[in-house]
Amino acid sequence: MTTRISRDALAARIAADIPEGSYVNLGIGAPTLVANFLPADQEIILHTENGLLGMGPAPAADAVDPDLINAGKQAVTALEGAAYFHHADSFGMMRGGHLDVCVLGAFQVSQHGDLANWSTGAPGAIPAVGGAMDLAIGARSVYVMTDLLTRTGEPKIVAACTYPLTGVRCVTRVYTDHAVLDVTPDGLAVRETFGDTTVAWLAEVTGLTLLDATGTDASEVA
Amino acid sequence: MIDKTVPDTARAVAGIADGSTVLVGGFGRAGQPVELIDALIAQGARDLTIVSNNAGNGDVGLAALLAKGRVRKMICSFPRQHDSWVFDRLYRAGEVELELVPQGNLAERIRAAGAGIGAFYSPTGVGTQLAEGKETRTIDGRDYVLEHPIRADVALVSALAGDRWGNLVYRETARNFGPVMATAATTTVVQVDRIVPLGSLDPEAVATPGIFVDRVVAVGERRWLDAGAFVGGVDVDGNPLAATAADAPEGAHR
Repeated sequence: MTTRISRDALAARIAADIPEGSYVNLGIGAPTLVANFLPADQEIILHTENGLLGMGPAPAADAVDPDLINAGKQAVTALEGAAYFHHADSFGMMRGGHLDVCVLGAFQVSQHGDLANWSTGAPGAIPAVGGAMDLAIGARSVYVMTDLLTRTGEPKIVAACTYPLTGVRCVTRVYTDHAVLDVTPDGLAVRETFGDTTVAWLAEVTGLTLLDATGTDASEVA
Repeated sequence: MIDKTVPDTARAVAGIADGSTVLVGGFGRAGQPVELIDALIAQGARDLTIVSNNAGNGDVGLAALLAKGRVRKMICSFPRQHDSWVFDRLYRAGEVELELVPQGNLAERIRAAGAGIGAFYSPTGVGTQLAEGKETRTIDGRDYVLEHPIRADVALVSALAGDRWGNLVYRETARNFGPVMATAATTTVVQVDRIVPLGSLDPEAVATPGIFVDRVVAVGERRWLDAGAFVGGVDVDGNPLAATAADAPEGAHR
């Protein structure tokens, strides 16, 4: 096992790739950590699909307002300049290509950018999809934030997803705890490795042919 | 004179027939018309198809309707949550049918019904299990799946305030499905915190024009908000919020 960076460090790494002026959806769960690392002196507007642009941080415990929540149904605040809207408009913002970036979790990402993140397909499991499929095909840049390996050591970046798909060829870039990879027409390109992680090691654990794009400028590949 | 107001929730839900398809607003508890659902439980309609984003939280509102065995089928996007134990039990026992729809397709299918659209091609869900068996089409190089409108007999919606013509304003993210659902039912029933005199709503701020609304009932300040019964959500530390009013701190909102 090579160097792994923490979830917070990974969130900070993702935040560093989001330019000022972006409209961004951080989904639910771990990707919401990215908000903690967006620079306070830049205007980056957070979208939550239940109907708010300009979402702010969690309120103080005594200022929780049950009518003001995010997609994870957590209490949030609305910043100056915020706007509320109904669900059809909210998902039109995704589907219509208005959202610049979304950050999603993953069970698996394929080498072609297919995403599986809504169901393990386990028998007896109750399926729930929410806005995952809309986000996956909706934002201009779809970033995945995930561990490279499952707890049992299986790679989550795979030749082809075995879990039910959320979207086909929809992922732009995968941020893992070991490396950042871009989905390119020629396959997965390793953009950046953390610590002593090498492209050769990534290729070995994933069993995939990976392009080495370390040392090139992100804009050349993305 | 047009007066869509009704004096109580029982009259607001009167006439809802067995076997009806009912749109129920809300995202989790925000915007869920809990008082109208309570009235629907008392009214007794059964064999219902319920269209709502979630399938109930805790033991109140939609969860209570499910627990009473009144629901034949749920059409929703996100039934499974940490506090969806009522739906989970019924689903595993095979006592309720589920049609799972991606959230944006759910909203757009309802919108399409209200807007008189016959069907539409959506890019969401293409190539996934949720598009299986549906017609697909490539338009300008992009793949789409054909989605049909969801029309309903009744919509139950929660808004902040309304007037006797049925004009509505909402509050914060409790707006969610309300403006869309209000358009898509034969009979749209709205609960509001308060009914205000005609002319007192800013026409620029009206989110649902009264043409879409049939009945409006005032339920007063929603006491379950004051009681902090913010189920379906978690607090700022990520812990599930109190499931019952008795467990909640007083004055936890506003």
